[in-house]
Parts: sequence; structure tokens; C-alpha cells
Amino acid sequence: MELFKMKRDIPFMSYGKITTFISLVTFIAAVFFLVAKGLNFSVEFTGGTVMEVQYEQSADINAMREKLDTLQLGDVQVQALGTNRHIMIRLPNKEGVAASQLSNSVMNLLRQDRSDVSLRQVEFIGPQVGDELVTGGMLALSMVIIGIIIYLSVRFEWRFAVSAIIANMHDVVIILGFFAFFQWEFSLTVLAGILAVLGYSVNESVVVFDRIRENFRKPTMRNKTVPQIIDNAITSTMSRTVITHGSTEAMVLSMLVFGGAALHGFSLALTIGIVFGIYSSVLVASPMLLMFGLSRENLAKPQKQKEEAVV
Amino acid sequence: MNRYPLWKYLLIAFTIILGIIYTLPNLFGETPAVQVSTNRQSIVINDQTQARVAEALQTAKIPTDGMFIVDNSLKIRFKDTETQLKARDVVENALGEGYITALNLLADSPTWMAKINANPMFLGLDLRGGVHFTMQVDMEAAIQKTFERYSGDIRRELRRQKIRSGTIRRTQNSLTVPFREAADLEKALPKLRDFFPEATLTPQGNNLVLTLSQQLLDQVRSDALKQNITTLHNRVNELGVAEPVIQQSGSERIVVQLPGVQDTAKAKDIIGRTATLEVRMVSDDVSLIQAALVGNVPDGYDLLYTAGEMPQPTLVNKQVELTGDNINDAQPGFDEQGAPSVNINLDSTGGSIFADLTSQNVGKRMAMVLIDQGKAEVVTAPVIRSAITGGRVQISGSMSTAEANDTSLLLRAGSLAAPMEIIEERTIGPSLGKENIEKGFNSTLWGFAVVALFMVFYYRLMGVFSTIALSTNILFLLAILSALQATLTLPGIAALALTLGMAIDSNVLINERIREELNDGIPPQQAINIGYQNAWATIVDSNITSLIAGIALLIFGSGPVRGFAVVHCLGILTSMYSSVVVSRALVNLWYGRRRKLQQISIGTVWKPANKAAGQE
Repeated sequence: MELFKMKRDIPFMSYGKITTFISLVTFIAAVFFLVAKGLNFSVEFTGGTVMEVQYEQSADINAMREKLDTLQLGDVQVQALGTNRHIMIRLPNKEGVAASQLSNSVMNLLRQDRSDVSLRQVEFIGPQVGDELVTGGMLALSMVIIGIIIYLSVRFEWRFAVSAIIANMHDVVIILGFFAFFQWEFSLTVLAGILAVLGYSVNESVVVFDRIRENFRKPTMRNKTVPQIIDNAITSTMSRTVITHGSTEAMVLSMLVFGGAALHGFSLALTIGIVFGIYSSVLVASPMLLMFGLSRENLAKPQKQKEEAVV
Repeated sequence: MNRYPLWKYLLIAFTIILGIIYTLPNLFGETPAVQVSTNRQSIVINDQTQARVAEALQTAKIPTDGMFIVDNSLKIRFKDTETQLKARDVVENALGEGYITALNLLADSPTWMAKINANPMFLGLDLRGGVHFTMQVDMEAAIQKTFERYSGDIRRELRRQKIRSGTIRRTQNSLTVPFREAADLEKALPKLRDFFPEATLTPQGNNLVLTLSQQLLDQVRSDALKQNITTLHNRVNELGVAEPVIQQSGSERIVVQLPGVQDTAKAKDIIGRTATLEVRMVSDDVSLIQAALVGNVPDGYDLLYTAGEMPQPTLVNKQVELTGDNINDAQPGFDEQGAPSVNINLDSTGGSIFADLTSQNVGKRMAMVLIDQGKAEVVTAPVIRSAITGGRVQISGSMSTAEANDTSLLLRAGSLAAPMEIIEERTIGPSLGKENIEKGFNSTLWGFAVVALFMVFYYRLMGVFSTIALSTNILFLLAILSALQATLTLPGIAALALTLGMAIDSNVLINERIREELNDGIPPQQAINIGYQNAWATIVDSNITSLIAGIALLIFGSGPVRGFAVVHCLGILTSMYSSVVVSRALVNLWYGRRRKLQQISIGTVWKPANKAAGQE
């Protein structure tokens, strides 16, 4: 069986203007939602307490709310997780209240009303932790970017490095845009997912770049123009692109479906990331190469064939 | 061309066998066990301990499934949790003071595996339930305490030399000692220089300024952290938790993880305690006491109350003569009247300070102040009848036997060098942990099944090879994680799934390359060879970029991000090996020997002949 029987190369580069336009629109939309709505940061970043409790019979959320208001903690959120038996309670950090004892007092309060309540998990994060996570996250993000730029510049050329990174950032911003638009919770695991997308999507660009470089060196491609060479590279890696992404997406979707609440954010970020990863590596990174004026000479200096020693 | 020398096959077979051996321990279950350890250096767990435990269990008619000593702790297996609970009480009673008896789960893998260090992975708290705390150490308080100690020492030394000085003041990194006359300062300077060789002493007019170097202050900070860790260890041991994690995180934080702990309130109570003992002088000046009682506490004094049911106000000097730092040991006991007491053993510095104090203040009262959970209480305020030398102190007063026990435990467990605050706390219920494991593994399994099915369907035999290679990838990854004794967390499982999804990429690259070569009319054997060769450069490039991202996560990430990164990075490395070396070995084994290979089962329908007509 073969999914792709491409007889001719698909002229991706001639669609360059359209694809760039689409990217630009989605990108701007994502930035807009990020600015307008912002991310719904989880307690790990904002600080506060999140508790998940379980009742044997379904619970009365309104009664819980009223009960918890007696603690006078400010903005307390009570919401059901799927069923009315699993309840999530968010409590803000409050100056002067020993937050680490808070979960105990909440549990005591809930037990007064119903004895069938049990604690599934508590997360309390002090205000000082969140800032560090943001700094750490930003640092990780910039290190990934710098690392990839350096590696690609050495292995390929600066144009490739810059294009790949722009394409990647495009993916990352769009995922963030999704999270902002739907107000999905942005947690540390989501951050991990996004950073993984960064590595993953570069991976994708690299495969296409690799083929472009190879095509430039192929004697049969000597009389082809640069866009033709890129088209050929994309077309011939097309089946691999779709299959690889398909299998990764299968894994990630499996996590989304079977992984439960804990893996939800992570797999959601990856699900979106993979879809846009394909798009961006093919239709953003490559036109970008043209824009930066890639020519045969950029890759003309023949490198030695044996590159195995790297691992 | 597609043949591996024998040694290569053997090497691959060897790695796979190693992989199996180190993955296997994860498949055996766990049995309930009781773990006996000690936090005292004077007590050693040895065959004698084992014999005592065995005898006690025999008397109580509790059957064991074997016991053994590892790393100075005795582990005893039991059939079920009920026996385990019964056994713990028996063992605890049999051994008495100084031992920590904790409930534990032991891997059920055969002993020979444990001998070659093939142990199952640790499960993170999110997979087994438990409590996680991050505590922030108040370093300013540690520094403050150091300066207080210095000013106390200066005062004592000057008193001994009979030099009069004013009140010592602290500024940023220094202490200022005012003297009345320059002559006093000149007399004091050489003595204090001898006494504090580590500090810088500079005269400024009639004042003497003692400065501590940054290096010394850093030392104070790191010592404070270390002492707090030790103290936490002692306190956690009182909870009887098996395999607690207590470690430094950054320069002023401590992470405490207590697997399997349910009663978080109790855990918080015990580890959050900041019990310290201070010895301070009591003022019995009636006018001062009366002023204090109406709310005008005189400068330099604190109005504290005694512990117990009828709190008595006591006016104590702010100046701390002696702290719990100088306590070697504290045991509950009874005084001559038969009242519960705490018997304290001081170290040599503490002993000499105490001897000085008591000899100079005969007839006066001194207060033992216990500061616990931010509350200062006078435990007892006895009149000093005669100098107490030898460093043995007995505190008795209005306390019950249980209070005496608690007080001595807290004092023994050591005081904190600086107060701590819980800045992060996570509790995961055990049922949620089980659910997390199940869901994590299920999702990996289903994902893997889909990918495997597709590969076999799409690439036929080559797809089978790819799937086998992918399976060995899981095997290697699990084996390495087990061998490193990594802690598996939920993000780790997520990374496992993602890595598998990504790992197939290398095989897809290879298979697609081979197909391409075949389509170009290259003979099968050569197509395989070229396919692997051409794919290699791409595989290296794409994996290294992923690895860069993974390593950055590992370095800068924290918590779940790091758990993800560890598995991700290792997975990238194992996938390179399995998708290139292992799958190649399989292909070579299958196709390599055939000279006249006509066809590869790779699912192509495009024959070279068709192709010639199709393109150009």
C-alpha cells in the first residue's frame, strides 16, 4: 500500500503568498487573543490552593460554595470535574493566612456537612514559586531557541536556522493563542508540552531542510531553480511527514482520550502543536528560506559524506 | 553489503537481554513490609537486631516471608497488609527507643535481580500518592541568630575581662560595641581578636566594629540549610515513613516528599514545628512586672506565660543566654518529687555557658523558654540554688508525662537553625495515584497498538521490523530508567508515549528512503543499504535538535517539566539505537544473506517498470 504516488512535484512555493498570508492571519489572531484574553495560568504560576475532593454521592455545589464563603478567603471557585462527585476547589493566596494549613481547614469544614468526602489531591503554591517558574520557563524557551539556531547554523546555514525558529515560534504562539482563546488552563505540564513541540517541530523542518540540501548537491537537480528544488524536497518527504505525524498524533490523541485529566493539557498542547508543526515546517519554514534569498551557493561547499560520528 | 559481523549481532542480543533483565523487576508486584532503621549513629542494625525482631515476631506468632538487611536497615516481608500492621506494633515494642519502624512496600522481584541492582523504578508521588512539601528557609533569621550569638559571646568575654561596654547594636553585616573610654577599647581589642579570629575587628572612635566576611555569612546560610535538613530528617522519622525524600533545592529551599502519607495534617504539624529552647533570666522586680501587666513591657524584656492550665506571667530578659543548639540529648524522666521532667545533656560550650550563668546568678530565677510554632512559653522558671556544672540540666514543672515526651522529642530532634515556611504543598491521594498509572499506561498502550498496526499494514515485513525495533526501544528505555533508579512520574509516562510516537519517525524515514530507491530502480540489497545510509544524516539532525530541546528542559525546567525531560532525552538516545541498529540487524538477518533478492516486503506497488513509464 502506498498513500502517496506523487508523479509531479507539488508547487508549494508558488502558493507561498497564500500560505504566508494564512500564517500571518492565524499568528496575528493568536497574538490578539493572547493580549486580549491572556492565558488562564494554573495555580503553579499564580500561587494559591487547588483541591480536588471526591464524594461518594453527588454533592451540592452551591451549598459547598456558601460553606466555603464562611472562611472569608476572597474569590473561592468551586466547580465540578465531569460529575458532581469530583469537585475542584480553588482558593487564592491570602496574606496572613497560613496557606499550608488551609486545605486542612477546608476539609474539616466540608466534613462537617458530609462525612463521605475524601481528599484526592491538594496543590498549594506560595506566591514566590510562580515567578521562578515563569523565569525558568522563559529561560528554557530561550535556551532551546539559541541551541537550535546554533546547531542548525553549524549543520546547515544561518538561513535555515532562522527560518526553522520563526516557523517554530509561529507554532508556539498559535498553541498559546488556542489556550488563550478557549481559556484552557495553562499549567506546567502544558509548558512542557509546548517546549516539546518546539523540539518536535524543528525536527520536522530539519527533515525537509536535509532534503533541500541533498537536492542542491544532486547532479540531476543541477538545472532546477531554487523553488523547484524546495518543491521536490517537500514532495518527496511528504509521505514520511504525514506518516510520522500521524503516528505521533495517534500517540498523543491516545493520551488525550485515555490519559485522564492529568495528561489532558499536555496532550492538548501537543495535538495542536503537531497539526501546526506539519503546516509550519512545510509552508512557513520553506517559503521563509526563499525570502531570505537561499541560493545554491549557500550550500555549495561540499561537506564530507560521513557524518556518522556525531552521536 | 547487508551483513553484520557476528559480534554485532551478539552485541545487540546482549543489549536486548540486559534490557529484559533490567525491565523485568517492574513487572513483579510489591509485598507489604516493615522497615526498621535508625537515625542514631550509636545504633547499628545487625544480625543481632534481626534476631531480636525474629524472636519477637515468633512469640507473637506472626509469620514473615523473609527478612534481610540492606543499607543499615532491616526489611521484613509479610503476606498481607493486616499482618504488616500487626507486625509493626510488635517490632516497635520489641526494639524500643532509637529505632524507626515504618511501613513499606518491597519489590517482589527475585533476590538475584536485586543483587545485580536490577530493581524496579521508583514511582513518583503522583503515581503512588503522598505528600510533597517545598520549604523556604528564612536565611535572614539565620544570620540574625548568628549575630545574636556573637553579641552574646562578646558580652560574656568582656564581662570575664571586667571591661564595661554599652549595648551592642547590629547593622547590616557588622556589630558595633560602644565603649565608654578609648582605654577600655584598647584593652578589649586584643582579647576579642584572639577570641574571634574569623571576624574583622576595627576600632571607630570609642566603638569597636565587628564585621563578618561574606564567605562566613554564606557558610552560615549553607549550615542553616544543612541543619534544617537534618532536623527535618529527624522529624520525618518520627512519622515512620519509609523512603522519605528530604533534599536541598536551590540555595534556600528544602523539598520533602513523603510517599504514601495520608494524614497530611499530622505530617504538616510535625515537620512544620520550630521548637527551640532558650534559657533566659527572669526579672522579679515587682515594679517592672506590674508595669508589664498593664501593658508597658519594659525595654529589653518579654512578658511570657508559663505552660499548663494556669498560665503565670513571667517577665524574662530578651537576652538569650543559651539556645537549643547546645543540646546534645534530651530524654523524658522524673524528678525527685516524681513529677515528669526533661533531662537535658548540654555540649561542652553549652555546659560552660550554663556553669558561668548559674554561678553568677545564684538566688535568681532563670526561665526555660520553649518556642514552638511561633509561640513562646515558659516551661519552667526555677531558682538557681547553686552553680550547675557538668552540663546536665533537668527541667521540670507543670507538665504531663506526654508533654515531657513531646518536649524531649522536639529538643532531641534538634531545633531549626532558621525558621521555615511551606511555600508549596501537594497531596495526591493513593486512589488517584493508581488511576494515574492506569490511564498513563493505557494511553501508551493504545497509541502503540495503533502505530504498530499501521506500520505493519503499510510497510508489511519492514513494518514488522520497525515495530520490533520500537518495542526494543521501550525495553531499553524502561531498562535504563530502572537501572538509573529514576523516579517515574506521570509526565514521565507522557514523555514515554510521546517518545514512542516520535521514535517511529526514524523508521519511517528509513522505509521511505528504501522505497524511493526501489522506485528509482535500484536493486533491493542496494536500496536497503542506501536507504539506511541516507536516512542516517536526517535521523541524527532531527534527533539532535529534539535532544537540544530536551536538555534545555532538563536544565531549566522544574518539577513535572524535568520529569518529562529526563525520559524524553533518554528516549531519544535509545530510539536512535533501536531504530537504526536494531532494525538494521533484523533486516540484515532476514534479507542480508540472499544474493539474488528480487523483492523487499515494504508494501510498494510501484514497480521500477511502472515507474519508468510514470515519471519523466
